Amino acid sequence: MNKPVALAVAEIPADSDFDGAPATKVRGYWQSVGYRLRHDWVTLGFGVIVLLIVLAAVFAPLIAPFSPYAQSIIGRLKPFGWRGHPWGTDELGRDMMSRLIYGGRISLMMGLVPVVIATMIGGTLGVIGGFAGKVANTAIMRTMDVFYAFPSILLAVAISGAMGGGIVNGIISLSLVFTPAMCRVAETATAQVKNLDYIEAARASGAGTLTIIRHHVLGNVLGPVFIYASSLVSVSILLASGLSFLGLGVQPPEPDWGLMLSTLRQSLYVDPLGCALPGIAIFITSICFNLVSDGIRAAMDVRI
Amino acid sequence: MDGGMVAAAPLLEVEDLSVQFVTREATVNAVSGATFNLKAGEVLCLLGESGSGKSVTLRALMRLLPGRARVKGRVNVAGQDALALKGRALQSFRGGTVAMVFQEPMTALDPVYTIGQHLTEMIRRHKGVGRAEARAQAIELLNLVKIPSAERRIDAYPHELSGGLRQRAMIAIALSCGPKLLLADEPTTALDATVQIQVLILLRRLQQELGMGTIFVTHDLGVAAEIADRVAVMYAGRVIEEGPVADVLRRPAHPYTAGLMASTVHDQAPDQDIAAIPGSPPDLRRLPPGCSFAPRCSLAMPACRQGFPEPVFPAPGRMARCLRVADVLQQPVGVHA
Repeated sequence: MNKPVALAVAEIPADSDFDGAPATKVRGYWQSVGYRLRHDWVTLGFGVIVLLIVLAAVFAPLIAPFSPYAQSIIGRLKPFGWRGHPWGTDELGRDMMSRLIYGGRISLMMGLVPVVIATMIGGTLGVIGGFAGKVANTAIMRTMDVFYAFPSILLAVAISGAMGGGIVNGIISLSLVFTPAMCRVAETATAQVKNLDYIEAARASGAGTLTIIRHHVLGNVLGPVFIYASSLVSVSILLASGLSFLGLGVQPPEPDWGLMLSTLRQSLYVDPLGCALPGIAIFITSICFNLVSDGIRAAMDVRI
Repeated sequence: MDGGMVAAAPLLEVEDLSVQFVTREATVNAVSGATFNLKAGEVLCLLGESGSGKSVTLRALMRLLPGRARVKGRVNVAGQDALALKGRALQSFRGGTVAMVFQEPMTALDPVYTIGQHLTEMIRRHKGVGRAEARAQAIELLNLVKIPSAERRIDAYPHELSGGLRQRAMIAIALSCGPKLLLADEPTTALDATVQIQVLILLRRLQQELGMGTIFVTHDLGVAAEIADRVAVMYAGRVIEEGPVADVLRRPAHPYTAGLMASTVHDQAPDQDIAAIPGSPPDLRRLPPGCSFAPRCSLAMPACRQGFPEPVFPAPGRMARCLRVADVLQQPVGVHA
């Protein structure tokens, strides 16, 4: 007990090959995401469908067999294959296939644009709210909570109804509907990142607040925000279709899946299959977007 | 263990540093009047149990505490008043003059950036050199901290490295801009025992080669014995004993240090009970009026409860804040105070 504390620790050669696992080839983050995606057949398959839908929308004038606006009194509600109309005609004798292809343009735009706008506005507000002090956080987040109090469809209907129909107003109302949710996701992610050691380490290495936000906060918040945004695309398509169905979104004669569903509804007993086509298009598009965003989320998660 | 006892003006002077965290409910005295200094090229170990104010002291030196912390006292680093720095001067002070190695290498590195990006970002910010030059310097640094095949590892993400390599990378980042003062907040606690000693030896050697003053926070007496020139023992936010590492650990002058030594595992018989210090550390919201160790101290006298004991200097270079230093020094080590 009276021995002095051992002061010298046995000599360990300082240059020994410490935890030196052989330096394997290091794969970068995006390379490993790509690797995981290439081996995920479900995501790849549905990704191809999404790609086809997008391509069809982009090149609609080249693909569509007829004009989507050309009406025909005698050729109304005809079955598949009637006089060269592969999917028949609608209640005004317009070619169903052409209208569905052109309708994809508007539906995809209504799916993507509001989400992009909401991501930019909500994401910015969320990062500010998460990183700034208590007052800014309370001001931003309580305002967002007020929007949260309404169901999203009700809110979209209310805003569109107040501003009138049309594509632009539909986009504005959907953006407003998605902004609070994006803001909340960005705020939560920022608040989590803010308290991590590497933010303190960055500060300890002399980084200013803007540098920290730009490099360390955005770099770590963008992932969850992007994943959430991609899952909103299908919701946005559905909501936009709903607005059109109610007559609050796209106005006739523009081809839009929701609007087509609404006008074809009256012919349900005459041509049930034709009436279902726009619904099937909405269903396939939104489920494909959902599954692809799910797959990307899984591939981007480093921990799996 | 003689270290580089360079006779020079102190690199770091901390005088009467106190840190309070004020909330609505209570005021927590995390540090209350810590005084110590450090010469260039010297390693000082801040020793103490959890909640004794070691980490808060380090963060106060670097001005990393949140805004609600009230910091008082005087901190002078290489001629600069650290507590008065603002804006750009503060940013070049952090990382340029003073650098810090954190406890958890996993969480202290940003997972979305490679080791090289961490290093070059810091080098470019402080030295203003170009991209290629910064990368060359980064590889040099990784070689300096003995990361095998640095040219390839520089493009690795933190999660692709082992704990020991990550901590080496952290050290490389801290060293990248040639700091005069290195702060290490329990840099080996999160590592396993074999890696711990390698990192310790590396830190010690780099410190000697580069002539940095180093403050090393730990609660591990063995680590302190291995790396330090001097130790400062903290208890309830004050430095209660300070001196050369061998003297303090062999012949403690403060009853708390003596108690720490007695409660450490060394050459006891396997079935022997280890003496624990009775009681628990004081509540930092309500510090006792006198010596904060008095309630747990077997040598406490009524005078101990009057006011906090003034420093006494039992030997050259040694300091203890206790009224009964002479009695403690006479006791053989290992017998509980």
